[in-house]
Amino acid sequence: MSRPVKLACRHLWKVFGPEAKRVLRRLGPDPDPAELERAGLIVAVANAELVVHAGEIFVIMGLSGSGKSTLVRCLARLVEPTAGEVIFDGRDLLRASEREMIEIRRHRMGMVFQHFALLPHLTVLENVAFPLAIQGVPRAEREMRARAMIRLVGLEGREHHFPRELSGGQQQRVGIARSLAVEPELWFLDEPFSALDPLIRREMQNEFLRLQALLAKTIVFITHDFEEAIRLADRIAIMQNGRIVQTGTPEELLLAPATDYVAAFTAGAPRARILSARAIMRPVDGSCEFAGTLDPTTRVADLAAAVLEAERPFAVVENGRLLGMVDRQAVIDVLVGKR
Amino acid sequence: MASLALREAHGGRLFGPAAVGWLAAAGLSLLFSLLPPRTLPAFLYELPRDWRLPLETWLSASMAWLVEEAAIGPLRFRDLTRALAAFVEWPLALVRALLVEGFAGSGSPGAGPFAAPVSWLAVILLAGLLAARSGDRSLVLLVTGSLAYLALFGQWPSAMVTLSSILIAVPFGVAIGMLLGIAAFRSARFERLLVPLLDVMQTVPVFAYLLPMLFLFGFGPVSAILATILYAMPPMVRVTALALRQVPSEIRDFAAMAGCTSRQSLWRVLVPAARPTLVVGVNQVIMLSLNMVIIASMIGAGGLGYDVLTALRRLDIGRGLEAGLAITVLAIALDRLGQKAASRGERTRQQSADGLLDRPTVWLALGLAALATTELGRAFPFLAAYPESLQVSTGPLWNELVAWINVHFFDQLETLKSALVLNLLAPVRRFLLAQPWPWVLVLLVVAGHRLGGRRLALTVFALAAFVVATGYFEKALVSVYLVGLSALVATAIGIPIGIACGLSDRLWRVVEVVVDTLQTLPSFVYLIPVVMLFRVGEFSAMIAVVLYALAPAIRYTAHGIRRTPPPLLEAGCAAGCTRVQILRHIRLPLALPDILLGVNQTIMLALSMLVITALVGTRDLGQEVYIALTKADVGKGLVAGLCVACIAMIADRLVSAAAAHTRRRLGLVP
Ligand SMILES: Nc1ncnc2c1ncn2[C@@H]1O[C@H](COP(=O)(O)OP(=O)(O)OP(=O)(O)O)[C@@H](O)[C@H]1O
Ligand SMILES: [Mg+2]
Repeated sequence: MSRPVKLACRHLWKVFGPEAKRVLRRLGPDPDPAELERAGLIVAVANAELVVHAGEIFVIMGLSGSGKSTLVRCLARLVEPTAGEVIFDGRDLLRASEREMIEIRRHRMGMVFQHFALLPHLTVLENVAFPLAIQGVPRAEREMRARAMIRLVGLEGREHHFPRELSGGQQQRVGIARSLAVEPELWFLDEPFSALDPLIRREMQNEFLRLQALLAKTIVFITHDFEEAIRLADRIAIMQNGRIVQTGTPEELLLAPATDYVAAFTAGAPRARILSARAIMRPVDGSCEFAGTLDPTTRVADLAAAVLEAERPFAVVENGRLLGMVDRQAVIDVLVGKR
Repeated sequence: MASLALREAHGGRLFGPAAVGWLAAAGLSLLFSLLPPRTLPAFLYELPRDWRLPLETWLSASMAWLVEEAAIGPLRFRDLTRALAAFVEWPLALVRALLVEGFAGSGSPGAGPFAAPVSWLAVILLAGLLAARSGDRSLVLLVTGSLAYLALFGQWPSAMVTLSSILIAVPFGVAIGMLLGIAAFRSARFERLLVPLLDVMQTVPVFAYLLPMLFLFGFGPVSAILATILYAMPPMVRVTALALRQVPSEIRDFAAMAGCTSRQSLWRVLVPAARPTLVVGVNQVIMLSLNMVIIASMIGAGGLGYDVLTALRRLDIGRGLEAGLAITVLAIALDRLGQKAASRGERTRQQSADGLLDRPTVWLALGLAALATTELGRAFPFLAAYPESLQVSTGPLWNELVAWINVHFFDQLETLKSALVLNLLAPVRRFLLAQPWPWVLVLLVVAGHRLGGRRLALTVFALAAFVVATGYFEKALVSVYLVGLSALVATAIGIPIGIACGLSDRLWRVVEVVVDTLQTLPSFVYLIPVVMLFRVGEFSAMIAVVLYALAPAIRYTAHGIRRTPPPLLEAGCAAGCTRVQILRHIRLPLALPDILLGVNQTIMLALSMLVITALVGTRDLGQEVYIALTKADVGKGLVAGLCVACIAMIADRLVSAAAAHTRRRLGLVP
């Protein structure tokens, strides 16, 4: 990818327990977690490695307890990693002083929490303005910016409500507005929609995509729901027992799962929405007439109707070059789950 | 032989070797009590004076050294205490001047006060407005009614003295408690140091607080306030640490992500988020302060407590009862105000939009109005002080009632009293006092070992050995006898009531109000009706203790019974149990740990009350502390007080261990 790297981590470990640092150092660069656990320690993140590009939606997913929250808290340095490095815009965050961390968090990072973490004693307006308030932004200015954020998430008219007077979905909108109020470059979301009903969750995902189209932040998004991941992600990292077992686009995970664990995740996924024309096209045999042309990145779900209706196959064309073709049979195979 | 017979009688199953052991122990104890006096050497009952740990002398000496000589460089300890005293003296003087004495005129003598105290009418009005903030009309009625009662029955000046002490003690107690709680929240090491200290502070009898204060600060309202602050603060420390710890970790993370400095994170995120729990702590501080400020009248707090105290000393029941009722009224009003604040917790949208009373200008206007009524008091005396001609004194009425009861029911009351004393109190007392200390130590250690292993056995041994070593064993036995018997009676009354309440919602609603009210009353108040009916002595003391300690037995039992998991009840019904069988086989066993907790609380309350009953003539450890107080003997008072704390801690550890034991047996914890 040509976009610059915004956030990366290398050899990142988080081990809970007494003397974790010393034990980890003693056992060498990449010890077996089982060995650490034998020493009475809890391994939450093991040797994690990831790269997030500017403007990308990077999703981390895994089962409950697989270490997603701990990993993202290490990336934001809410939890002090036991070993490794976290590089944000080219500098190691773990070397930053407390003062510098405060500055970075105040202006360049935002986070949305699973259970919203709204302050119960403040109104919606005060909650959204809070990060600005502690920076010492004057009242008039911060309220103006907070109002703008509240409008952005569609909550105008509720400025003077208290969090407990709102529904879960509305509370999370406040959480989102609050994390955006400081205009962060890097946006962490830890299972932001997991506590919501399926319908509301769907609505919030659309809302999220709308916002991202508007704002183009660099996003690290956590979820344990694969459908959510494929709806939102540019790339996905799958975690198991503290390890990142595979990183790739949804299509890569589906077509070439690294382990059975990854395959199990992708098994029930809506393939038509993940696979692209490029993945299902056949080479063009001889000369043949086409019903039309397709971009290789078009999802099967989006091309299916046209292809099924047409008598002839569609050509897959990139930059004026013919790459292959997609016919009815290929689409039907995807739709009935044959491939 | 006996054990064999038992085994046969019960089919050889019910009584294991442990039961036989306990039976043998009981037999031995009985034997001790039947021995003719002076069969065993005297040192087995109390260590001779020169074998004792000379802790009292050390304490007295070090206290004297502290007051007379201790100094760090040029700064003498005495200067430090003076500075500390001045720190509370100024605000106290201000509040007192506002509510009670007025501001002294400057310059020439006989000029009269420069400004009168705030008019009673204004105080009632302000309190009513404060209550009105909650939007609860019945609370407004209760608060204004209570204050009006104080004026009507001529208790106004004393009540205002008490109130001003509370108005000073509570903010200090809350502030210091909160700071310590925050420190404990932040540093685990500090908390490990603090917790045992708090344990001791909460079990040491109230009088023991008065003594060092008396010694360091002399007789007067300042020592009284300082003792009150010290006494009321520990729960605030615990509640603060707990409340901060309970703030969800996500909120803590949010504070960090927003870029809060550690001070911002504490004061702008954690403390406000913990507010609902913190207010509960504040409420506790208010109630404890009220309780203590009454007792602290012994070292110069004045006010209603002083009225009760003098009435008790003169046996003027009418006056005592009047003052006692005034305390009750004040306590209930303060408690309900605090409760309301606690339950209100956070602002709502309505209140933040039109919270008229939250605006400083409104309060300023109210202050000015108060000033105006006060100034008007110069022209209209009835505003300055509630007119005496309109006061109602019930004192004579009560005295007549007591006289009437004594004339008509003297024989019945006396018969009841002597029957109980002869058949219950005296034998138990004799039995207990006949036990030599080595035997008691053995019993305690064995019980500790069975219930909680070696650690508990050691703890219990150390605590009991302290009592023996300081030479208070006999007095301690008297205390144990009084507390044990009272706690027994209280649980015997409280548990059945609790069970009934657990089964009937309607009954519980009524009883809950009664229990709540009983618990808000300062301990002093309980002495008055008891002395009125039974005069002074151990019997009266015991009744007061039973009344005071009844509440937790009822509350915990009802709670335990009501909490039975519904599936188990359904299972019982499905198995065809009768209601009685369900109670016996399902509800009661499952409620047992709760009931034991209630018993524990009952014992703790009984002990704290017992010390107060020294005023009506008991002859136990409490009396020792009281005597030490009147003689300002710090060493003796502290050591005797620590002995009471030892008894409390032994009882607490053993009963808690028993509760944990049954809980494990019932499989309620892993
Ligand atoms: N403060 C802590 N002390 C000890 N162990 C911890 C701590 N925090 C997390 N863990 C452990 O680390 C592991 C990973 O936890 P984490 O919360 O990161 O999982 P998660 O993937 O976010 O799960 P979920 O989907 O339930 O939120 C778990 O086994 C957890 O028990
Ligand atoms: Mg998580």
